[in-house]
Amino acid sequence: MSSSKLTMEERDDMVHMSDPHNNKAHSGRHFKTYFLILLVVIFSPLGNVLLSTGMKEVGPMTFHTASQFFGIFAQVFTSGAIWLGIASLFAYFVSYMLVLSWADYSYVQPATAMGYVIVALLGHFVLHETVTPLRWIGISLIFLGVIVVGHTPPRTTGHS
Amino acid sequence: MLKELVLLFLIVFAGTGGELCVTRAMKKIGEVKDFRPASLVQTIFRVLGVAWMWLGVALMALAFFSLLGMLSLESVSFVVPVTALNYVAGALGGKFFLGERVMGRRWAGVFLVCIGVTCVFFSRR
Repeated sequence: MSSSKLTMEERDDMVHMSDPHNNKAHSGRHFKTYFLILLVVIFSPLGNVLLSTGMKEVGPMTFHTASQFFGIFAQVFTSGAIWLGIASLFAYFVSYMLVLSWADYSYVQPATAMGYVIVALLGHFVLHETVTPLRWIGISLIFLGVIVVGHTPPRTTGHS
Repeated sequence: MLKELVLLFLIVFAGTGGELCVTRAMKKIGEVKDFRPASLVQTIFRVLGVAWMWLGVALMALAFFSLLGMLSLESVSFVVPVTALNYVAGALGGKFFLGERVMGRRWAGVFLVCIGVTCVFFSRR
């Protein structure tokens, strides 16, 4: 097992060598990948922004009695924005699962990191939220962190 | 403030806990190779027989309602970045609950996410 690290690097090299960029026959799959990643990047932040819009209409979720709780529950699930948000997150989930069925996790991951930046942009320009410089710095660090996490081998258990 | 922390805790831990339970349930089922409708239905029924799946779905539902609660109180440019703590909980859960080997590089990324989340958290007014 002393060569396990080397094998991991070798496997990594092999992944790079079989890069679909070098193969024209894969251009169809390439388009499909970009298209689905685009859907992932659009639907995840959009879903969260829609949920946020819906919940701002419903108002703060505070309740003290069971009937208040069911009142809020009814309000949440009769809100158009909430249902659009759920539909959008569902579209995100399906696109994400589909693209992961052939593309590397570490290839798709940086795209999902973009979601954090896009949600802040949407919050700022569409919902007119104040995004302070400190918050932008934080979001950039999260973006970097997610990319670094994505650049590690996607599987570390079971080697056969 | 206390309410936000409780909701954040639920979003992160119920969400990650749910995903870990679902992962464990799916690993128990084994790799899905046959995508014909009849066998997919069969797979779904087998999945429903695994207790981990029920626990996972319940936890994920709890996380979703906590997210709705958080969004009713705070702006979306605060809530979504702060939930990136999922990556931290995911790395810890992967290591201790699923026995994955989490290496240096991944910890470095997790560390960056932590600093980022701290910045976002203190940017709250």
